[in-house]
Amino acid sequence: MPDLSANLAGIKSPNPFWLASAPPTNSGYQVMKAFDAGWGGAVWKTLGVPVVNVSSRYGSVNYKGNRMIGLNNIELITDRPLADNLREIEEVKKYFPNHAVIASLMVDTREEWHQIVKDVQNAGADGIELNFGCPHGMCERGMGSAVGQNPQALQTITSWVMEVAKIPVIVKLTPNITDITEPARGAVAGGADAISLINTIQSIVGIDLDTLSPYPIVDGQSSNGGYCGPAVKPIALNMLKNCALDPQVTIPISGIGGIETWKDAVEHMLLGASNVQVCTAAMHYGFGIVREMKSGLENFMREKGFNKLDDFIGKSVEKVKTWENLNLKYKVVASIEEDKCIGCQLCYTACEDGAHQAIGLSGTEENRVPHIIEDNCVGCNLCSLVCPVEDCITMVRMDDGTEHKTWKERLIEGSAPTTFNDQRGGGVGHYVPEPKEALKKRK
Amino acid sequence: MAEYNKPTTLQEVEQNFGQIKPDMNATMAYNESSRCLFCFDAPCVQACPTGIDIPLFIRQIYTDNVTGSAKTIYDSNYFGNICGKVCPTEVLCEGACVYNHQDAEPIEIGRLQSFATKAAIKDNKQLFTPAADNGKKVAIVGAGPAGIACACELRLLGYTVHIWEAKAHASGLTIYGVAPYKITNQEALDEVAYLQKQFGFEIHYNKKVEADEHFQMLKADYDAVFLGVGLGDTRSLGLDGENLENCIGATEFIEEFKMDPLGTHTGNRVVVIGGGNTAMDAASESARMGAEQVYLAYRRSKESMGAYEFEYDLAKGVGVKGLFNASPVAVLGTDKVEGMRFIRTEVQDGKLVSIEGSEFDIACDMVIKATGQEKQAAFVKKFGAIDTDNKGRIVVNESFQTTEPRVFAAGDAVNGGAEVVNATAEAKKAAQGIHQWLSKA
Repeated sequence: MPDLSANLAGIKSPNPFWLASAPPTNSGYQVMKAFDAGWGGAVWKTLGVPVVNVSSRYGSVNYKGNRMIGLNNIELITDRPLADNLREIEEVKKYFPNHAVIASLMVDTREEWHQIVKDVQNAGADGIELNFGCPHGMCERGMGSAVGQNPQALQTITSWVMEVAKIPVIVKLTPNITDITEPARGAVAGGADAISLINTIQSIVGIDLDTLSPYPIVDGQSSNGGYCGPAVKPIALNMLKNCALDPQVTIPISGIGGIETWKDAVEHMLLGASNVQVCTAAMHYGFGIVREMKSGLENFMREKGFNKLDDFIGKSVEKVKTWENLNLKYKVVASIEEDKCIGCQLCYTACEDGAHQAIGLSGTEENRVPHIIEDNCVGCNLCSLVCPVEDCITMVRMDDGTEHKTWKERLIEGSAPTTFNDQRGGGVGHYVPEPKEALKKRK
Repeated sequence: MAEYNKPTTLQEVEQNFGQIKPDMNATMAYNESSRCLFCFDAPCVQACPTGIDIPLFIRQIYTDNVTGSAKTIYDSNYFGNICGKVCPTEVLCEGACVYNHQDAEPIEIGRLQSFATKAAIKDNKQLFTPAADNGKKVAIVGAGPAGIACACELRLLGYTVHIWEAKAHASGLTIYGVAPYKITNQEALDEVAYLQKQFGFEIHYNKKVEADEHFQMLKADYDAVFLGVGLGDTRSLGLDGENLENCIGATEFIEEFKMDPLGTHTGNRVVVIGGGNTAMDAASESARMGAEQVYLAYRRSKESMGAYEFEYDLAKGVGVKGLFNASPVAVLGTDKVEGMRFIRTEVQDGKLVSIEGSEFDIACDMVIKATGQEKQAAFVKKFGAIDTDNKGRIVVNESFQTTEPRVFAAGDAVNGGAEVVNATAEAKKAAQGIHQWLSKA
């Protein structure tokens, strides 16, 4: 049986699945229920001066048959008095001493930071997370993402916290910034023990086309919210990778963003996350969803021969390079397995209109199976991505693996194209139909 | 005109008995699993006698954790693939699916269950490891769903388990009684073999427990005995002509047919007597074997039939004709069956009565009686002072312990005849009962 126990900068938990600071961690009741259901840790709904919230707080992006592939919210931090939250933190820790309870904090002045850090420490929290990520409402008041977008301010506030912190401190970063490594370095410079990313992305999820009001609608009006859910995972993974690759970001990372299944969690960990935080999946399916995550992670580890999380954390980081370091000699070409083809011709139209006109049709009504024109195929993958049949279109490697040449190497040796009509351009000699041929084609 | 031609080769038999829940491929399983809503306190789980965590196993298929999915299923029900195929899912899990309230198709839970478990069986995935030998031995009589499920659970607890089976194959009615369009014999055997490999219980085949020494041996050599003996032969109706050639009990007919479809005599004009699920199966099977005419005769009204509606629909779909309020009077013929005499019935003051002078005959060359099976009361009493109720069912307590403390029982012999899934659910509890009792002793 693989060991699922996790350790983020000294904060231990029985498994790597934490609830992120959000509505599911609003109360001791919810956190206890989550631990009972199998979650390893929880980051408490952000504490500070209690807010007043609006009614109508979430908007959703649905895609085909699936609801909530993206969720946005305009709810603020806790609206409950600090004393109530502290008492509940203490009670949860009494029942679940081995689970991780992290206090998420957001206050304004140095005095307030000092006071609240001491308060949550006294309540028995295992760690602190500084909310420098919230991109709606609180940022208008100079907190949340307003801090996260200003690496210098982030560093200063972090160092205020470190002046009194006796437990590990995590800095939660906002993705609403050009280069995530700048605030990440700020956190390191401020003395933080770990970073967590990403917080939600500023967003408007849609508009009611009857009333013309964007969602979520508050008395006919709306505000930009924070976007999360499965749709944001690719953005989160990229920012995670940027931090994991940065030699100056030397502290552990807690991965957040679009984690709904065990696979999402493993992907975050492969790119360097020591554990993961989940919100939208719990809001959609309830705390019971962790059953699937734990079972899937265990099965993955067993099948891959990993005994503990550290056996695979960060394993994919080294496989991410800058573009200029990729091998230009690597060549794949699409291959269609005729027996599996169901004749939708989506690959044909995708390649015709969206790629390089490398797929042909038989021209007869009886045979709807397309064929690859290998000479024209650039190996872009598009046809294999649109194909609805598993393993019907595969990309087959054509080069023998002996040659290796990157853009960087071509620049150095002077073989890279440099002028507008340079004959060393990659598309030179590649088949392109005459423009007027387009008018003869069926649309 | 018959709906089916009389098959002359095994291949044609297979064609006439196409699977009503065919295997899903990976694409179908992915698409179907993605529809599951992951309901809280899901109605499908509540409807499953074994309480499988259905939303979880479906989500595990969706997330490519098919092995984990199979484990979730087998944790609750050792007959994972078999139940996926033979369970009346229409009235259990799938009947409870919330999509029904939306008039949308319910999730195909049975087929998804078979998808996951068949993958595990095919790859021979080791999902369970028996506990270390605890030094105790349990004898099981009957290698049907109850016996096998009890054996698996006991092996997990470290017991040595020996099973005695009267017939040549394991899985009981799954192989000898279930309609062939629900599951193939091979699939049933494959699942039992897969379980046996993982759990390591012994089965002695073709070993009917009947000699006194055998009963003595089971009592003397084992710490406990589990009876998963099912039901007996078809009950006699006491009608004139019941002994004519080609008048046969439904369970006997189905068993013979399932072991040797081409060698079994099937009629051209068949009358099946009864209103339960076995009657529907016998009627369907006759029709699929090319009978020109199949009547399903029931002494009460259509509405009072015990069979599931979908089972009657299946029979109707292959050309079976219902004949209601017709009570059997006599089987007609000299040596062989030539017809069947009925009398019309009606309900008067809540009682079913025959209408005087309303007798009528139906010409036929085969009569199949699906009117219930004998209980094994006399047989089970040989194991000790085992009480049975007025219907011949073994009396057990909540731990499935009989009135003879060392003997436990579950399945049809206790519940009087239910689904495979009921037998596996009860037998798992019985194994826990045995364990508790032996742990105390």
